[in-house]
Amino acid sequence: MSKLFVARNPRVAARCLDGEMMIMSGRDSTLFTLNRTATILWQAADGRTPLDEIVAARICPEFEVDPDTALQDAESLARDLAGHQILELSEQPIGQPANSSEARR
Amino acid sequence: MPVLAELERISTVIEVGGVPVRVNTTDPGFADLVRKRYEGFLSASEHPEADFDVELAPPVGTDPNADVRVTHDAGRWTLLRGDFRAEWEPAARRGWIRQTSNPYSIDAVLRIVHSLVLAGEGGLLLHSASAIRNGRAFLFAGVSGAGKTTISRLAPHDVTLLTDEVSYVRRRGQDYVAFGTPFAGELAKVGENVSAPVAALYLIAHGPENRIDPVSPGEAARALLANVLFFAEEEQLVQAAFHAAFEFVSRVPVSRLTFVPDSRVWELIG
Repeated sequence: MSKLFVARNPRVAARCLDGEMMIMSGRDSTLFTLNRTATILWQAADGRTPLDEIVAARICPEFEVDPDTALQDAESLARDLAGHQILELSEQPIGQPANSSEARR
Repeated sequence: MPVLAELERISTVIEVGGVPVRVNTTDPGFADLVRKRYEGFLSASEHPEADFDVELAPPVGTDPNADVRVTHDAGRWTLLRGDFRAEWEPAARRGWIRQTSNPYSIDAVLRIVHSLVLAGEGGLLLHSASAIRNGRAFLFAGVSGAGKTTISRLAPHDVTLLTDEVSYVRRRGQDYVAFGTPFAGELAKVGENVSAPVAALYLIAHGPENRIDPVSPGEAARALLANVLFFAEEEQLVQAAFHAAFEFVSRVPVSRLTFVPDSRVWELIG
């Protein structure tokens, strides 16, 4: 099974306020509020760490779920976020370190 | 780009929020209309942020209620709506507007230009009423029908109304300053051309009693973003407006103000 890599789309603006992650698409100004799982995924999406490692290291310990189910859910979530152009997905490491405007602040 | 002959030019400088915009026309009737419309906001500034030549043209026959489109290419903004077309080059500070002789098109162009200027400097053009009391400015944000005009109409005599529709907020260091605007809503009355530091933002709604409730930072940010007037489809400026909203809610107290439509609501303000 191939690895899946996730990276933050640098074309969105993101801010975490009081634990709540909000993201705005620079393309169409749509505002998204991420839930806890999506926030963890977003913060860990550096383009270099495979999704299964993110799930094992960051999501399973947080929610005490079995790794297979967590990976399935995370992949579905990542594809959903990619559909909104919040994340980028690839079966190869994503070259440039992911860097949103929030990450630069 | 249309250029007006120097000898025929009648210039009017409209200064909102300390940002002067010059409007040039060869039509005395239109110049008079502009001066009456923006009375109280006219300026003698010789260094406008934007300098627009207005070309009056027959209506193009498209829908004046159509959505505005604001795009950026090669250092030039293009502003389009059914009733006008305009271009503006910020670096050259020059632009032109093609419209019929009416106050609504020029008003829309001014709102857009100011929103672009403010987005670049961390300020906000906000769909909200605002007023000064005891030297401090209070903003009342809400969608149409939330009560912006009502709360403006209920303001007692010691309150100076800045606007009942579009608030003009500029950043000053770590603080924010609200300015009066000529952009009126249902009250059909331009604001006073004065300014004051922003003390609070209230998210307003009609209700059975007058009360102020706290809101979470996230809710404050979402509500503020929903009320920011921003027209451009340009990623960097969208991101700038997004971050400006978050900076604002991290520095200015935001609460929910529920009120019944009588003047006692102002006992809670200031």
